[in-house]
Amino acid sequence: MIPLLTLVTFLPGAAGLALLFVPRRSVGVLRLVSLVVTVLTFACSLPLYFGFDGDAIGYQFEENRRWMPTLGVAYHVGIDGISLLLVLLTTFLMPLALVSAWGSIEDRFKEFTATMLLLETGMLGVFVSLDLFLFYVFWEAMLIPMYFIIGIWGGPNRVYAAVKFILYTMVGSLLMLVAILGLYYQYGAATGRYTFDVPVLAQYVMAPGLAQNLMFLAFALAFAIKVPLFPFHTWLPDAHVEAPTAGSVVLAGVLLKMGTYGFLRFCLPFFPDASLAFGPLVWTLAVIGVIYGAWVSTVQPDMKKLVAYSSVSHLGFVMLGIFTLNQQGLVGALIQMVNHGLSTGALFLMVGMIYERRHSRLIADFGGLWRVVPAFSAVFLVVVLSSLGLPGLNGFVGEFLILVGAFQRSPWLAAVATSGIIFAAVYLLWMYQRVIFGDVTHEANRGLRDLTTREWAVLVPVVTLIVWIGVYPAAFTGKTETTVEALIAQVEAKTGMNR
Amino acid sequence: MDAIVFPPIALLPLLPTLIVLGAAVLVMALELGPRAIPRELSAVAALAGMIGALLATLAQWGTSQRAFRDMVVQDNFALFFNVVICYSGALVVLLSMDYLRRRGSDSGEYYVLVLFATAGMMLLAAAGDLVVVFLALELMSLSLYVLAGLFKRELASGEASMKYFLLGAFASSFLLYGIALIYGATGTTSLDRIAAAMTARPRDPLFVMGLGLVLVGFGFKISSVPFHMWVPDVYQGAPTSVTALIATGSKAGAFAALIRVLAVVPRGLAPDGAALLWAGAAVTMTIGNVVAIAQSNLKRMLAYSSIAHVGYMLVGLVAGGAAGTGAVLFYLLVYAFTTAGAFGVITLCERARDEAVEVADYAGLARRHPLLAAALGLFLLSLVGIPPLAGFVGKFYVFGAAVRAGYVWLAVIGVLNSAVAAYYYLRVVVYMYMREPEGAATAYAPSLAGGLALAVALVGIVLLGVMPAPFADLAQAAVAPLVR
Repeated sequence: MIPLLTLVTFLPGAAGLALLFVPRRSVGVLRLVSLVVTVLTFACSLPLYFGFDGDAIGYQFEENRRWMPTLGVAYHVGIDGISLLLVLLTTFLMPLALVSAWGSIEDRFKEFTATMLLLETGMLGVFVSLDLFLFYVFWEAMLIPMYFIIGIWGGPNRVYAAVKFILYTMVGSLLMLVAILGLYYQYGAATGRYTFDVPVLAQYVMAPGLAQNLMFLAFALAFAIKVPLFPFHTWLPDAHVEAPTAGSVVLAGVLLKMGTYGFLRFCLPFFPDASLAFGPLVWTLAVIGVIYGAWVSTVQPDMKKLVAYSSVSHLGFVMLGIFTLNQQGLVGALIQMVNHGLSTGALFLMVGMIYERRHSRLIADFGGLWRVVPAFSAVFLVVVLSSLGLPGLNGFVGEFLILVGAFQRSPWLAAVATSGIIFAAVYLLWMYQRVIFGDVTHEANRGLRDLTTREWAVLVPVVTLIVWIGVYPAAFTGKTETTVEALIAQVEAKTGMNR
Repeated sequence: MDAIVFPPIALLPLLPTLIVLGAAVLVMALELGPRAIPRELSAVAALAGMIGALLATLAQWGTSQRAFRDMVVQDNFALFFNVVICYSGALVVLLSMDYLRRRGSDSGEYYVLVLFATAGMMLLAAAGDLVVVFLALELMSLSLYVLAGLFKRELASGEASMKYFLLGAFASSFLLYGIALIYGATGTTSLDRIAAAMTARPRDPLFVMGLGLVLVGFGFKISSVPFHMWVPDVYQGAPTSVTALIATGSKAGAFAALIRVLAVVPRGLAPDGAALLWAGAAVTMTIGNVVAIAQSNLKRMLAYSSIAHVGYMLVGLVAGGAAGTGAVLFYLLVYAFTTAGAFGVITLCERARDEAVEVADYAGLARRHPLLAAALGLFLLSLVGIPPLAGFVGKFYVFGAAVRAGYVWLAVIGVLNSAVAAYYYLRVVVYMYMREPEGAATAYAPSLAGGLALAVALVGIVLLGVMPAPFADLAQAAVAPLVR
């Protein structure tokens, strides 16, 4: 049998290393190879989707090889309904992000391509790892390519943003390392078997109390910074605004999902009592994030910053959904993770396209673009509507499910969170109105080109998926429901046992 | 009065050390020879000595031998350190070849002294008697004092040598005084017999005082806070290749002897001692890291960072047991590869006929010398502790041992320190990759030997990062009989 997950995970990284030996002048070769490799990776990940049995409990496409047996570390990878969609999202977005960079990245293009490919391997590794050691290796290693992407190819304030990004995330993840070690030794002392294996550790029923709470907090801090959950979000606007378009797409599309994924994969099953106990705190922070992110977005003069803060708002919804701990909320959160990756990724792509033409992202510099670039305006409208959750497009499905889940927990909470959707309509439509409608306000905008073939090629797949999920979400929710049910059952069984 | 009985002479256990000393004698003889003999021959002889010793060490693996009435204990513990030390020595010789010639200080004596220092370190790791500890420490230190002052015409080099010598002599006298007190308390200088004597009387004040003074002496040699004051000046002023040796080999030798001495401490003393070590570890890593942030000189920054790394290693000692101490051994191995590599890159960079030592000198290095920048970047990332490089695994084992032994908060202090460290290590990366060169360009001084040394170090940090378990297991097995 072909080790499909290993292939998907390491193909981009291996190609990235190989690309370092290509002469830097042959830009054409670099473009072609990186495109072929990422598309091939996506193609290889499609059998994961079609071969995935949505009704089966447990991990599929598992590979488990010895790595460091004396330490209890194994090369254990596998996917379930939670990671499947995120793996697909990553492999789907990556070729688009790379192609979008063709027009904008000229300095050190070879290094850029190689770094992006290494980043893809890091991100996929995070989603497929079923061994805490392996997971941590990918989790930390992934920071470095992103750091370089922001720091080398970013905007004027890139160094500050890159350093802030890496320091914030490192503080969180290093504390998680201590918690991983704590869990490892606690499980080892209790059972006599020292292992980092995630499925094995997930079976362990930890006594509620200080140890569990501290470990939960250490894990949660690492993930909350990555999500980012209010008030740990301050690195995000800087990183997003300074990063090149391709970096922002990956950052918003995939990186932030690693945080929410961490909550689902580790916090809930490992520390169920603490997850319940801290649930109200997380909801509150999540809802504050929803409202705060929306309000701050409304007043942004810079489109990219607006989209960046909207991420804080959208990810607040996802966190709310996860900690409702019920079927609708969790499935909604998962779908919303994918949706946010698509919609916000597309928003960043389109803001980047405007920026390439006009070298400005200030809303005030635009106006009346529909006269100049009608095709761009039409696609932009679809993406904006998807991001604000118009029924019929993808965003609605996720937010609706999350709110249904939240309503069961607390109607008040759901009511406050719902206002976030309204605010989303405010800041997105107001931005759209100022940029696209009206008369052409700046002469410089008259000569703007409409979408090129390359840009169409980038946008059409995203928009197709946006409509597909909106019209037929079952194609995706169907793969996740069993896994989510099992997760909820596991949490309930464990917390019930301790009561 | 008994007649003096000479112990049987068994030289075989000392074979690796003797090879190094033999090479030293050979280099000295070469220096006396006619002028026609090329300089490179001395370096090659020195390198051959190091590699020969390394091979002899590997051949002896698993054979625990004692010689000279237990004064020399050539067990796996000593052999493990021999590997680290010989590796550092060999790397330093490789780095020195072109570096010294460029700086106009090429001399055979240099290699002789490096070989003597290396022999001292190896003997230190194999010391079974406090007298041997002292002798080996002096053999190592005196050679290093001279080496630090090798650049006679440079003020900084002379200052480094002077400071190192004065403070080092001070520390040696502490050590010697401590040894005297321990001898007074137990009537012997043999570590085995001290251990036996102390289990009978665990809290003899004379012994505790003696041990305290010995620890002060070691604290100086491993450069833990508050005995670290010499480190930045010496690391900065000494020739960079010598700095690499001081940072890796001498630290390894001193740690080896420290572990052996701590192993004789009876259990009853452990709680107080552990508290002291706990505080020492916490303060050492914090001060090292925090002060490193403020450094603009790369060598000085690496000096403070080396203090911080000693703090991490002390965390392993606090955790104790085969797991904790084994983690220290593994960490030293990793640290030798990483730090020697980082200093190695510095020896290859020059700016206007002078060494490039300011962090700002490295601005834009990635554009002109991508390979060199990538190498330094990887060494620094390994020092930060980014997986899958070796530095991460070193920290993983050390902090893992601490968590296992219940020192969770010490591990927390350690990881927070790692985040602080990320800031200043990555600052160098920022300069190399994210800034444009300023002023006169930093040039790469091509050197085949230096390139080879860097390649070996790079392979080392990747290999130890991806497949650490066999080496870490060896380290734990080597240390297990000692700590029980």
